[in-house]
Amino acid sequence: MAEKTYLQAISDGLREEMRRDKRVFVIGEDVGVYGGAFKVTLGFQEEFGSWRVIDAPLSETAIVGGCTGAAMMGMRPVAEMQFADFISCAWDHLVTVAAKQRWRAGTPVPITVRLPSGGGFSGGPFHSQNPESSFAHIPGLKVICPATPEDAKGLLATAIQDPNPCLYFEHKHLYRRIKAEVPDERYETPFGKARVQREGDDLTVITWGAMVYTADEAAQQLDADGVSVEILDLRTLQPWDKQAVLASARKTSKVLVLHEDTHTGGFGGEIAATISEEAFEDLDAPVKRITAPDTPVPFSPPLEKAFIPQVDDVVAGLRELAEY
Amino acid sequence: MAIREAEPVGSLKEVKEAGLDREDLLGIYRNMLITRGVEERGHILYRQGKIPGSFYTGRGNEASAVGVATAMGPDDVGTPLHRDMGVHITRGVEPWRIFAQYMGRADGPTKGRDGNVHMADSNLGLIAMVSHLPAMLPVAVGCALAFRIREENRVAVGWYGEGASARGDAHEAMNLAGVRQLPVVFVCDNNQWAYSTPTHLEYACEHLADRAQAYGFDGVVVDGTDVLAVYREAKSAIEKARAGGGPTLIESLTLRMEGHAVHDDAFYVPKEMFEEWAKNDPIERFRTWLQEHAELTGDEEDEITAGVKKLMNDALSKAEESPQPEPSKLAEGVYATPEDLDTPHHK
Repeated sequence: MAEKTYLQAISDGLREEMRRDKRVFVIGEDVGVYGGAFKVTLGFQEEFGSWRVIDAPLSETAIVGGCTGAAMMGMRPVAEMQFADFISCAWDHLVTVAAKQRWRAGTPVPITVRLPSGGGFSGGPFHSQNPESSFAHIPGLKVICPATPEDAKGLLATAIQDPNPCLYFEHKHLYRRIKAEVPDERYETPFGKARVQREGDDLTVITWGAMVYTADEAAQQLDADGVSVEILDLRTLQPWDKQAVLASARKTSKVLVLHEDTHTGGFGGEIAATISEEAFEDLDAPVKRITAPDTPVPFSPPLEKAFIPQVDDVVAGLRELAEY
Repeated sequence: MAIREAEPVGSLKEVKEAGLDREDLLGIYRNMLITRGVEERGHILYRQGKIPGSFYTGRGNEASAVGVATAMGPDDVGTPLHRDMGVHITRGVEPWRIFAQYMGRADGPTKGRDGNVHMADSNLGLIAMVSHLPAMLPVAVGCALAFRIREENRVAVGWYGEGASARGDAHEAMNLAGVRQLPVVFVCDNNQWAYSTPTHLEYACEHLADRAQAYGFDGVVVDGTDVLAVYREAKSAIEKARAGGGPTLIESLTLRMEGHAVHDDAFYVPKEMFEEWAKNDPIERFRTWLQEHAELTGDEEDEITAGVKKLMNDALSKAEESPQPEPSKLAEGVYATPEDLDTPHHK
């Protein structure tokens, strides 16, 4: 075990897969000589050469579409979107081609798309989004949202070896801020198994990505008031751990769903609906959602602070729920 | 980098130089007949109400599709579109499975999950198209990228039409292929009508093949009703790509001889245009060539025609016996399992 940043864990996980599996290659904008906009692939081209660490033209469509073709020919491509926001340019290739190919034509498309996502540093409307729910809605895609360095490495290994198109959302605000112990050996963290970030009895928070830490800080404040909060980190949204969510809902009877993505149509709605369908009798309060508002992501710090759910917002929401 | 207008193929000697013997020529003729036969029978099935949804044919494109597919090697791969039935036939898809596909039956290559020519047998090196046609070009480029990374002597062929040429996917695919000099051949079936839109509303250059120059590779315009000229150009482009010479853009000029789909009477296509191109029907044209240059006899012709007719009849009967897909299996296979990777490409 060694303490690593979230970013280093992603980088190490990717390098390890490339070392053990010759089918794995990386393609993206500035991933080679420059090592990627966030330096996840720093030094990769020196180690693996320019045909396995491919500097692509500014062509998200060709990058993801190309990965689809290469995957059908037996490769295990890992595409990097410089920012998750740019995945809009490759929507067709994920949603129209890759997601449906196995079901309609019997052809698996084992690709991984790395998506640096999320806000918190004035990236503005085009460098801060969390578009995971759009893709969780598409049958055939898998959606991965690691929160910890350990999961970042283990879930990336699972994604690369999975026979389906996997969208791996890596939260930029966790890259260098979050450090934790990461096992040295290779391991695969299973999809669809939530992680208990914090055990508690009175309230449940269901969340993922950077909001895990926001929830944890809020839970510490509630703990001081004698309210015990359980936090579930979903880790993956497609598949998602319905059983763990329902079990925690039944245990605490009060659930808050928290995400950094915008409100309407966010994945929190799916979770809330499932809890109301399957655990209604166990609830002592309506399922509460705390999310970003239905606006684009703003640039200016006070606006962005108003957009991204803050610890104080979560504390207020949890208190409201506790008092219900 | 040169844009050429390909010469027509004239003599048997030229054809032999291009790698085809007489048996191959008769095989090409047969494949063209099967291609047209499948689509004509499909049309009848549609009128009989046996094909759900709509129905599309590639009438007029038989030479182009068969010519290119004949030039491909056994390990090459391609992404043919809905006017390219001849590619499926040439690669060996059994006609009965195509009829089953048309009718949405369980034995169609997509088991009733998709219709029309939205199908492919990956064991034959083909990848099933999507309706967003130019989206298949980056996929073909990705196949070529895999071949290049693994240093295999294989080539990918990506098809599109002059309508699809207007989409950004076509640009991104060709640009990436040009930058990396990948082993891919782009075949533009320019049938002059994208649904009702004529060429001058799709592009402003003289030939779509002109664009190859901008991407750093060769372009050639070929008469898509001349199967041997198409074959020669495709063969040369594919072998060039195989040898590391990078991509080629082949613009194959034809006329879409029917509407966009069966519901469309193509009233917007000038009557004279149909009359003019009907004189160059690819199958008639090749039959004449075979009679004049390869001594095709009446008996041989009758034998081939009768064989194709029997193939169609048998295929239709077999397809009609194919069951409807099972609704309870609808949700199966949305996600692939590791066992699904047991394909020729993933070994």
